Amino acid sequence: MNEELASIGKSIVINGELSGSEDLTIEGRVDGKIELRDHVLTVGPNGRIKAQVSAKAVVILGQVTGNLIATEKVDIKENGSVEGDIVAPRVAIADGSHFRGSIDMQKKDQPSSVERPHFKEKPESKASVPAASVTNDYARV
Amino acid sequence: MLSIGQHNGKLTGLVTRFGRPLARPENGNGSVVAGSRPAAAIDGEPVHSSKTLAQFLSMVFARPAAELVDLGPVIGSNVAFLGERVGCKIHVEDLYRDIERHAREGTLDQFGEFLGTRFPARARSADAVLCWDVFDYLAPPAAAVLADKVKRMLRPHGLMLAFFGARASDDAHYTRFCIEDESHLRARHYPSACTRRWVLQNRDINFLFAGLEIFDSLLLKSGVREILFRKPL
Repeated sequence: MNEELASIGKSIVINGELSGSEDLTIEGRVDGKIELRDHVLTVGPNGRIKAQVSAKAVVILGQVTGNLIATEKVDIKENGSVEGDIVAPRVAIADGSHFRGSIDMQKKDQPSSVERPHFKEKPESKASVPAASVTNDYARV
Repeated sequence: MLSIGQHNGKLTGLVTRFGRPLARPENGNGSVVAGSRPAAAIDGEPVHSSKTLAQFLSMVFARPAAELVDLGPVIGSNVAFLGERVGCKIHVEDLYRDIERHAREGTLDQFGEFLGTRFPARARSADAVLCWDVFDYLAPPAAAVLADKVKRMLRPHGLMLAFFGARASDDAHYTRFCIEDESHLRARHYPSACTRRWVLQNRDINFLFAGLEIFDSLLLKSGVREILFRKPL
């Protein structure tokens, strides 16, 4: 069965609030707010968004200015551009994309007992650092 | 514990600025999967081991919900590593992009003034700052402004990791430092309009970062100094 995909074409300009319960592709321009709670928003290569976005997943090939909140993933593809803050448990940023802002991948409902990785190197106290030590590759100075 | 210079049982030997390239391809799309254990450089992308990076990450990891400011360009694999494994919130500032714009516009002499307007609301907001080698590209007035900004930006016991080159270079490139794992960095060069490099002597560094403690300082065979600073309480 061919499911029709909702899309906003290149020449469409929307100012205001946009919400829905299906996946959406934007190739036009949207200024305002976008909410697709359980669905995927794709900003196509021609898409220009100035909006706060909330969705299950957001895929960006065009330009977004504004904050993004995704319950699953934000994916900035090559040539995609985002200026804003991202909150999502997973964020993928391709080489050749542009991003400026902050990224928060903390799961708000994550229990504190979740196992976190163990880093090999532990901080050394200053007292344990010799004044100068030399190995084959570096000297501590 | 992995010792510095050993990489999959082989001595990497830091014979170039960032290490001798080894031959092993990474995954298909050029990105590095966070959590994997990559081992070697590919052509033109040397990998070097970094003890200060391991210390830096360990100390950031120990701070719950740490906020980290990255002054370098956004790198997907670094974001995944820092966000998913280290668990910190990342602020990407990419000063290299600003330097490049000023270099192309011929306004590098005004870069210090520009930096004065950067990071407007960041006082005492950062647990850690990754400066990479940005100071090698800054003339003394701009370096002084940035150092002051970073010092203000850090919370007490906040950390700053910076690399300082040993010699000026006419190579027209910046470097993306891709975190391979907690103690290895891959150096990926990309073209720049800015070839002017500034070499800071130890006394310059001490003067610039007066007020911060040097937590650890390593001089690599390549001449690069890796310095981990910490803001006192």
